[in-house]
Amino acid sequence: MRLRALAALLTAALALTACSGGSGDAGTSASSGRSGVTGEVTVFAAASLTESFTRIGRDFEAAYPGTKVTFNFGGSSALAAQITQGAPADLFAAASPATVKTVTDAGLTDGEAVTLVRNELVIVVAKGNPKGITGLAGLTQPGLKVALCAEQVPCGAAAKKALDAASVKVTPVTLEQDVKAALQKVKLGEVDAALVYRTDAQAAAADVAAVEFPESAKAVNDYPIAVLKDAPHKAAAQKLLAWIRSDKGMAVLTQAGFQTP
Amino acid sequence: MALLIPAAAGLAFLVLPLAGLLIRTPWRSLPERLAAPGVLAALRLSLFTATLATIVCVLLGVPLAWLLARTEFPGRRLVRALVTVPLVLPPVVGGVALLLVFGRRGLIGQWLDSAFGITLPFTTAGVVVAEAFVAMPFLVIAVEGALRGSDTRYEEAAATLGAGRFAVFRRVTLPLVAPGVAAGAVLCWARALGEFGATITFAGNFPGRTQTMPLAVYLALETDLDAALVLSLMLLTVSVGILAALRDKWITSP
Repeated sequence: MRLRALAALLTAALALTACSGGSGDAGTSASSGRSGVTGEVTVFAAASLTESFTRIGRDFEAAYPGTKVTFNFGGSSALAAQITQGAPADLFAAASPATVKTVTDAGLTDGEAVTLVRNELVIVVAKGNPKGITGLAGLTQPGLKVALCAEQVPCGAAAKKALDAASVKVTPVTLEQDVKAALQKVKLGEVDAALVYRTDAQAAAADVAAVEFPESAKAVNDYPIAVLKDAPHKAAAQKLLAWIRSDKGMAVLTQAGFQTP
Repeated sequence: MALLIPAAAGLAFLVLPLAGLLIRTPWRSLPERLAAPGVLAALRLSLFTATLATIVCVLLGVPLAWLLARTEFPGRRLVRALVTVPLVLPPVVGGVALLLVFGRRGLIGQWLDSAFGITLPFTTAGVVVAEAFVAMPFLVIAVEGALRGSDTRYEEAAATLGAGRFAVFRRVTLPLVAPGVAAGAVLCWARALGEFGATITFAGNFPGRTQTMPLAVYLALETDLDAALVLSLMLLTVSVGILAALRDKWITSP
């Protein structure tokens, strides 16, 4: 008897999940105010944009009282997955075109994504560069501990491209889950070198030194940005996008080490 | 009835996400995904490290539980609170804390490196350390509870008959709380098997060496949801299977 009741409950539960599976509900379409620039804009952005976007968001809020910009920073792929699973976002800025493509392919962006900025890789080493690393070939020194990003995340894909372009084969001790984790391992002295974005190296300039290498030009990462189709506050999101792409916004981004496309 | 409804809701709450996982699993491509390179290596590493971490936890945790349950000393409450810290500490923070102690520049790690040439981060041993750190409180709490629930008169009788402290512990106390130790070890093993944050922070991620199943799942999630689901399902099947088998054999249900 009891078993049957349990089975019935499970069946009901399964039926419930089956029903709610297909409806990719992406938030309510609340009105965005008369002027079109009030309300809370939710921005999903790549972790490497954290510092500059936070500043731009504050500037935007000051310029348009009544608006509020909230951020969800994270790995681009994870953010893309959240959006395709129905997270209510207005604006999406990723660290690679491939991740934005999964959202565009799902028909969830409002028009095409535009390339906002570009980022290049640098080698980060401990302050003073104690191992004397001058380029990618230096990463093959025996006994040298190197951290790379995993190939599944954009910084790892870029690292692979750069290393392939230089025909250098590096055996890393770890493949980190994102660029900040790779940087942290250098900061803590657990590895001797890591390949991270120039922007991350610049943000951590107090703790690490950056070594530029020519092959980074072969592994430039484009950062696309797009307003989402089901954006709850589309008008404000478009205004924010325009602000980010204006001279004021781009100045913040280039100051952080990004390049203009 | 007043208890049945919330109980049923609780069960549904725990089981539904699992059902979601099963419904979404790409059954058709399952065999080829299981055969993908690295999957078996990650599973093997997970089972190996979780088992080793459990052994470490039993060797260190049972005496610690005994200390907390059977002795009186100043600051015992504080010690008990400290033991539970890894339970509430976000595992990623636990991983950073481990790096600060056992890392190449860490308090103890520095000395390990210079004296013995041992570095724990980015090694399989590092995975075991991270897992044991996070899982040990589960064992200590379970065993301490069992010790408090057991009758101390047997131990007193043994002591009056001339048995030393260690002999009492080994011949009387331990057999009495064996089910508690087994239950704690199982819980500890399960926690170690699912460990993610401390492992990826302290031991890093490298296939075959430090990439356990949860790490493989996380990275698969970055690019391929289906692959992540298959890996999760596999971890789930193996762990539930092992736990069920152990339960029949070791832990007599009350």
